[in-house]
Amino acid sequence: MNLFCVGLSHHTANVETRERFAGGAGAESTLREAGCAEALVLATCNRVEVYGASEKRVSTDEIAHCLMQTGEVSDPARSEGLPFYRYEAAKCVRHLFRVASGLDSMVVGETEILGQTKKAYLSARTSGAVGPCLHRLFQRAFRVAKQVRTHTEITRGSVSVGSVAVDLAQKIFGELGDCSVLVLGAGETSERTARALVSRGVSDLRVSNRSNDRGRELAQRVGGQAVQFDQWAQQCSEIDILITSTSSETPLLTPTNLEPMVANRIDRPLFIIDIAVPRDVDPAVNEMEGVYLYDIDALRSVAEQSLAVRRQQIASAEAIIAEHVADFLEKISRELSRASRITRHSPVADNSLRAS
Amino acid sequence: MDRYLLIISTVCFLAAVLRTGIALRAGLFRPGKFNFLAIGLGFVFQTVFLSIRGHALGRCPLTNLFEVFIFLAWSVALIYMLVGPAYRLSLMGAFTAPLVVLLQGFALIAPIDVRHPIKVPANSSLEFHASVSLIAYGAFALACIAGVMYLVQERQLKTHQLRSIFYHLPPLTDLFAAITRLLWVGFILYTVGIASGFFTGRPLPRLQVVAAIAVWLLYAAILQGRYFRRMAPKRVAALCIVGFSAALTLLWGITFSAQTHSVQ
Repeated sequence: MNLFCVGLSHHTANVETRERFAGGAGAESTLREAGCAEALVLATCNRVEVYGASEKRVSTDEIAHCLMQTGEVSDPARSEGLPFYRYEAAKCVRHLFRVASGLDSMVVGETEILGQTKKAYLSARTSGAVGPCLHRLFQRAFRVAKQVRTHTEITRGSVSVGSVAVDLAQKIFGELGDCSVLVLGAGETSERTARALVSRGVSDLRVSNRSNDRGRELAQRVGGQAVQFDQWAQQCSEIDILITSTSSETPLLTPTNLEPMVANRIDRPLFIIDIAVPRDVDPAVNEMEGVYLYDIDALRSVAEQSLAVRRQQIASAEAIIAEHVADFLEKISRELSRASRITRHSPVADNSLRAS
Repeated sequence: MDRYLLIISTVCFLAAVLRTGIALRAGLFRPGKFNFLAIGLGFVFQTVFLSIRGHALGRCPLTNLFEVFIFLAWSVALIYMLVGPAYRLSLMGAFTAPLVVLLQGFALIAPIDVRHPIKVPANSSLEFHASVSLIAYGAFALACIAGVMYLVQERQLKTHQLRSIFYHLPPLTDLFAAITRLLWVGFILYTVGIASGFFTGRPLPRLQVVAAIAVWLLYAAILQGRYFRRMAPKRVAALCIVGFSAALTLLWGITFSAQTHSVQ
């Protein structure tokens, strides 16, 4: 049995090329008609890959044509020159294990790909396109991904400014359900951060902007309440998180004017996310007791630290994967040869293997 | 023979310390079941040791500095086993195990296991006073550990340098809640311990009483500062470390200078 993977990803194709194959997810039946005994299509925004098992070799062009028939592209001539890659046997196994573990992702260590791989597997299994070979391959891939996540720090921390801010808020306050948030300035990044906080349970969200209309619009979009801009300072004694992104040329918050605002909240921390450039908050504010100030550079630095740690973990993850590739290939070849021996004597036994 | 049980117990706690140390060094610290199991096993051996020693003495095993240290280590592990599940279990264990190793290691190495030439008669009120006070010390020890965790977390948040351990430490507010509860538990037990000391039927050495009340006042001041919101959480966390150091010094002084106090 030939085990192979044919596909294109963010490594080899730009987004325009990838989106032409976005509709290829249901191509398993076409692939089986083309000679694949088993087939599974993994289509995400960053990759379109076909995992297959066949008795005879199915060429890359044939696979590409199958994808085109179900995708937007229907002209076979347009498949020429497309940056498809092909991995066979051990390389195919290793590739899938790397994909499922997030090592091949645009953001190393992201975990969404594992869910997408599981979804693709379930869909192909439901349609009957997955047989014993791909079943074992994907089950092992899920195990490997779990082991990589457990035994390395490949998924540690957040790697985007918005998610870093939310993670830090949770590290300070724990559950965010009881936290009050003030968004000062109606910028795009502050809106994204506010939305991320709302998605983690924040219900008391206030928005204040120089232009009251824009402030009200943002408040409506994120499900918060608008506050007059000349009243934002009074809010500081009540809130837990301040997201600021105004276009002020001078700092709005300094230790001198913040001190009286936080005087009566000695046991409650204040988390300030300053994403304005130039900064809205004097860096000296971070020296105040119970005040945690993160400006855009600090947030980026945390994101980069996480990314650096993830990159450091690649070698450990690769070692786990290499071990599993060797073990999987040995087991699958043993099982398949035993299955073929049984098949020669009893066709019923083959069905039981497929159902397992 | 019973010392072997203690050595095995110490090895269990040491295993938790080493595992944490290696994981932190590799930047791969992850809370897991290992620490909890190692500490749980160590606690079982401690309990068996204290039980055997207690049967041999015919009373609560608090007759010399060695036994006091072991009982204190046992109290720390006990409070950890009780409060651990409410917080990040194995992580608090990672901080608890080194303290227990230090206490037990010192007790095993130092020549302080001096047996009394005559069998000491049981005195239930004195044993109650000593054991309740030592369990209070266990709570103060855990408050101290939670204080260290708070300061580590706070420091990393302030400096924006987030190490591997940061991602496994509980949130600041949760840690502060844990510190407050442990302080209250320790304070109530310590108050009961001190009060019961006046009903032991024995004259109390003035210096020890003054020192014990000073420690009690220190913890009362911390709790008062916390209750009336006059003290920042960071200061409370730091004072938990100071308070436990003072309590430990007092314990050392009491037991070392007047070993017979808990004996007769």
